Formats: sequence, structure tokens, C-alpha cells
Amino acid sequence: MKILVPIKRVPDPATTIRVLPDGSGIATDNIKWVINPFDEIALEEALRIKERQGAGDVVLVSIGQQSWQEQLRTGLAMGADRAILVKAEQPVDTFAVARILAKIVADEKPELVIIGKQAIDDDSNQVGQILAELLGWPQATFASKIEIADGRCTVIREADGGLETVAFTLPAVITTDLRLNEPRYASLPGIMKARKKPLKEIAVDTLGLDLHPRVKIKAMKAPQKRQAGRKLSSVQELVQALHTEAKVI
Amino acid sequence: MTDFIRDLDFYQLDDWLSSEEKMTRDAVRRFVQREALPSIERHFANETFPLELVPEMARLGIFGANLKGYGCAGMNNIAYGLIMQELEACDSGLRSFASVQSALAMYAIYSSGTEEQKKRYLPEMAKGKLLGCFGLTEPDHGSDPGGMETRARKDGSHWVLNGTKRWITNGSIADLAIVWARVDEGITGFIVEKGTPGFSAADIHGKFSMRASITSELVLDEVRLGESHHLANARGLRAPLSCLTQARYGIAWGAVGAARTCFQCALEYAKSRKQFSRRLAGYQLVQRKLVDMLTEITKAQLICFRLGQLKDAGTMRPEQVSLAKRNNVNAALEIARMARDMLGANGIVNEYPVIRHMLNLETVNTYEGTYDVQTLILGRDITGESAFD
Ligand SMILES: Cc1cc2nc3c(=O)[nH]c(=O)nc-3n(C[C@H](O)[C@H](O)[C@H](O)COP(=O)(O)OP(=O)(O)OC[C@H]3O[C@@H](n4cnc5c(N)ncnc54)[C@H](O)[C@@H]3O)c2cc1C
Repeated sequence: MKILVPIKRVPDPATTIRVLPDGSGIATDNIKWVINPFDEIALEEALRIKERQGAGDVVLVSIGQQSWQEQLRTGLAMGADRAILVKAEQPVDTFAVARILAKIVADEKPELVIIGKQAIDDDSNQVGQILAELLGWPQATFASKIEIADGRCTVIREADGGLETVAFTLPAVITTDLRLNEPRYASLPGIMKARKKPLKEIAVDTLGLDLHPRVKIKAMKAPQKRQAGRKLSSVQELVQALHTEAKVI
Repeated sequence: MTDFIRDLDFYQLDDWLSSEEKMTRDAVRRFVQREALPSIERHFANETFPLELVPEMARLGIFGANLKGYGCAGMNNIAYGLIMQELEACDSGLRSFASVQSALAMYAIYSSGTEEQKKRYLPEMAKGKLLGCFGLTEPDHGSDPGGMETRARKDGSHWVLNGTKRWITNGSIADLAIVWARVDEGITGFIVEKGTPGFSAADIHGKFSMRASITSELVLDEVRLGESHHLANARGLRAPLSCLTQARYGIAWGAVGAARTCFQCALEYAKSRKQFSRRLAGYQLVQRKLVDMLTEITKAQLICFRLGQLKDAGTMRPEQVSLAKRNNVNAALEIARMARDMLGANGIVNEYPVIRHMLNLETVNTYEGTYDVQTLILGRDITGESAFD
């Protein structure tokens, strides 16, 4: 089975993020970049499906600059078969990303797209859903378990109130939640093999899509620093503070 | 700036790393965080080696990572160094295990073995199915291995070995021992498999250092071996010494990992612990210590990086490795002691990794040629006078 796994390059979750003084974005110098952790889970799941089925083709796709190759190579080192880099110098919003992916899906014809439920940089949680809509495919978001048999897919998804099981026929789009699996790390022989795996580059303007942004970032601000806690000496004082200051009781 | 400190890359050496080298480092770092760190204090306390990690280390491709062919990953030497650094950031014992398997046991076969021996042992050792140890040191011959008393004599088409090796890492858990012995022509090596009659290993207990690593004594009592177990291309002391060069190279990198862990722990502690009116990090004496640590780590990193380039270019001299081993391990030991001091009473408990690293580094300072033996090697190199005897 051919599985398409879109991956995004994001700052390492442990990186200290600094917002630029003019509020136009974050400072990107000295940042360590990684594969979006939810996408890494998506890749792990795709690899497991391939391993269980004994055959398959796991294709990575990224939409970004030349430097994004690094994350694609990491994905190839983990075990993906090949990668596509859609080169876009300008930032693209979620709708544009979904449209580009829909085009790649039309060309590649995968039976399944597995993608992170959100990217940890902007946390927008939209691409998978928009992509499924554009393709007219079934979707299962926030997957914590995926089973595939005879072209039919069963997904347990983490809904707000608990777990929900959905079943549908392929092709489909699945977005991954945190508990789906624990991604492997690349092995050294895998890293050596990745060198020789195909990585195709496509210039985004050759796709003939309207990608003008629907979303504009007007300003970016760092969250307010958390205030240090305060020790109270009695229950009375606590009740008083909850009532008059926090106003929760 | 904060990230330079977190990753301890003050001089942006990352910019010099290829993406493959970075991937290698990150993969091993993740392995360490996920698999090795959670149980390392327990193993250190119990004087056990985490054998359960061996299959995953093998899957990662750590064993013999810089050797070519025979199922080895074929990484370059910078990547190999980074592996050692990440392993030792966890524990010197974990790095020792990988060093002994790769740079000593596998390398001995790789460099001095016959084609048949290489095919028979190396792929299985890369897979972690066969574990190796390296028996050079004896009870009465440490810094002076040339004085070894273990002997091999010819008996028809066989060899017969007698002697004792001591302080042998992985000794009792190894499936095969590379044993160095004296013959009429000088010194040569043998592959002694576990279970060979007359061959036994007993662990050394009561260590205060390298407790998460097995250290054993090997006894050879009329051990009979065929020529197939003789490293026939190993002629003279140069053969084991060339293995030591490989291992010292990894140690020079590994020490940086141990130092990094100690520095990070001390920095975090100093930033959170308040005494008198402010946090420790706000006092000049404490800042001085942190700056000294960072400076020494940065210098050690630069030495490693350049040494790796020389090794990859095939122009590295053993003396250059001696300088790196001597400097970096000594710096790491000083940093560990300083960090221990900065943690006050908390510096002596296993809630923090510092005392464990400090104790381990005492061994690292001693083995594979002590600090002073490296000094003698360098002294001979720059003066042309040997001061060994
Ligand atoms: C935990 C552990 C694991 C080990 N693993 C292995 C292993 O796997 N395989 C192996 O073969 N060995 C191993 N060793 C042994 C190690 O390599 C030796 O301990 C080391 O070479 C030093 O030898 P020694 O202990 O006999 O000390 P000695 O040689 O007796 O040295 C004692 C002191 O005298 C100094 N000294 C010696 N000669 C001179 C001189 N000429 N001039 C000035 N000073 C001198 C030394 O620097 C040192 O300070 C291990 C040791 C330890 C502690």
C-alpha cells in the first residue's frame, strides 16, 4: 500500500522560543529544527503498516525551503522510501498547504494519507481536515489506534468525551494523536541508506495553484510570564483569596 | 544564547556537522534518554551492566559503527565520536561497553584477523549477538603491557595459553576474549571463546567507579586453541596498541559527554538554589566555576572535532590521540569535581548524576593509558627521549 506522510519542519520542542521585537515572527537563528512530533508519529505508523503488510511505499512530502531537506532525510533514515520537497520560498498558510497536498495526492495516488493532527509551531490543527474535504475522502482525526484489513480501516480516535471508533473504506486521511505510537529513532545503517534514497524537488509555482494566503499574521507576542505563587498561612486566608482575588468561589 | 548552553555548543560546532552526523548524534541521544537514562542509577547501585540495552544498541548500529563492511554501519569518525559522546553523557560504563566491543574487540579482529575470522565474528558482533572483551592488562602489568607474563606456546598445530588478565571490561559477559600473549617472537593475539576448557572469568567487586560496567579477571590455564583462533597478523606490541589508539579516540569524545552532563546539572542547580540573598548563579565565585567549565568543554570539543577530521583523512598520529585523551579526560574529571562541589550535599547523592560521573571518570583517567602515561608518550614525541623506564 502506498502511504503519503506530509512532514513539517518545526523548532525542537525543547528550544526556547524568542519573539522578534517587531512582532513579525520568531527568531529563527540558533534554533534546532526537528520533524513535527505528530508527523513523526504519522511516519512511524506508516512504517508499521508497511512492515505488517510486508510491502508498501512510504512517501514523504514537505512544503518549504531547501533546508527542509534535512527533516526529509531524517524521515528517510527512519525508513521512508522516498521524499518530495515542494519548494516554496514564501510561507504558506494551512489552506495553501492542503491544496498543495491535494495536488500531490492526485499525482501520487496514495491509498492513505497519515498526517500529524497539528504542528507544534502554530498548532492550527486544520490541514488534515481540509485535505480530506478537498479530496472528498473519509477522515479520522486524533487517531490513537489504526487497523487496516481488506481495504477497510478502523480507527480509534481521541474525542473530547472519550474514545470513538470509526470505520471507513480507503482511500482516506488520518491525523495522529500522541498516544498512537512511540516513534523509532533512525538507525545508523538507516542514515547511511537514506543518502541513496530519492528526494524529488518540485517548485511550488509549477503546480498551477492559487496559493494566496487567506490568513495573515498581524502580530506575534510572547505569553505573559507566569507570576510566582504565594504561600498562605491558613485555610481562611485561602478561601478569602479564592473569593476576593481569584473570584472562583 | 540559551540553546548554545543547553546543547553546550558555544562555538557553534553544529555548523560543521553534516546532516548525517547530526542525525546520528540525535538518534543516540534519544536512545539514551528513552532507554538508558531511566535505569542507569539502578545499575550503578547494583553493580550490574544494562545488558537489556544491547539489542537496541545493535539495532541502532552502534557496534563497530566506524568499520566498513561485515555488517558494520560504516560511519565516519566524527559520527563515531558523537556516538561515544552521547553514550558517556549517560554513563562512562555504557560508553566503555561500546568502546570495548567496537574499538578493542572488533577492531582487533578487523585489523589483525584473517578474512575467515572477520566473516565469522564481525557481523555477529555488530548485531550484538556476540560480545567481546579485550585482555591486555595483567595483575602485575598495567602501564607496562610489554612486560606481560601470559604465554602462548606451540604444541603441534595448536597453541597453549597460560596466564591471568585483570581489570577486563565485559570479561564475564563476553562470548569471546581477545587475549594478548607472549610468544618467542614477541607478542601476539588470540580469540578465546567462552567455554573453552581452562578459560574462566571472575568479576571484580567493590568498585567505587564504573559500577554500571562489568570488570573481570580472566584466567587461562592450559587453554588449547587452534590456529583458527590466532590473530596471525598481530605481531608485536604494536597490534594491541593500535587498538588502544582507537579506543582512546572514543574516550576523548566520550569525556566531553560526561563533562556536559555535569556542567548542565551544576548550571541548573546554581540557577535554582538560593543561599543568603540570591541564587548561587548570581555569585561571582560560582560564575567563575561555570565559565571555567564551559571554556574547558569548548576546548575539548574543538580538539575532538579536529582529531576526527584527521582520523577521517587518515593522517591522525597516535600522539595526537594521547593529547586528546589526556586533556579531555582530565578536564572532564575536574569539571565533575567542581560540579560535585557546587551541588553541596546534593552532590553526593544519586538523585543527581554528578557523583556517578565523577567516580566513573577516575577510571577513565586511568584506563587505556593513564594521564601520566599519555604525558610520557607526548614527552617522548616532543623531546625524542623516552622516559618510560
Ligand atoms: C574499570 C576498569 C576497566 C578496565 N578495562 C580494561 C580492559 O578492558 N582491558 C584491559 O586490558 N585493561 C583494562 N583496564 C586496565 C587499565 O588499562 C590499567 O589499569 C591501566 O593501564 C593502568 O595500569 P595499572 O592499573 O596497573 O596501574 P600502574 O601501571 O601500576 O600505574 C600506577 C600509577 O603509576 C603511574 N606510572 C606507571 N608507570 C609510570 C612511569 N613509567 N612513570 C611515571 N608514572 C608511572 C601511572 O600513571 C599510575 O598513576 C581497566 C581498568 C579499570 C579500572
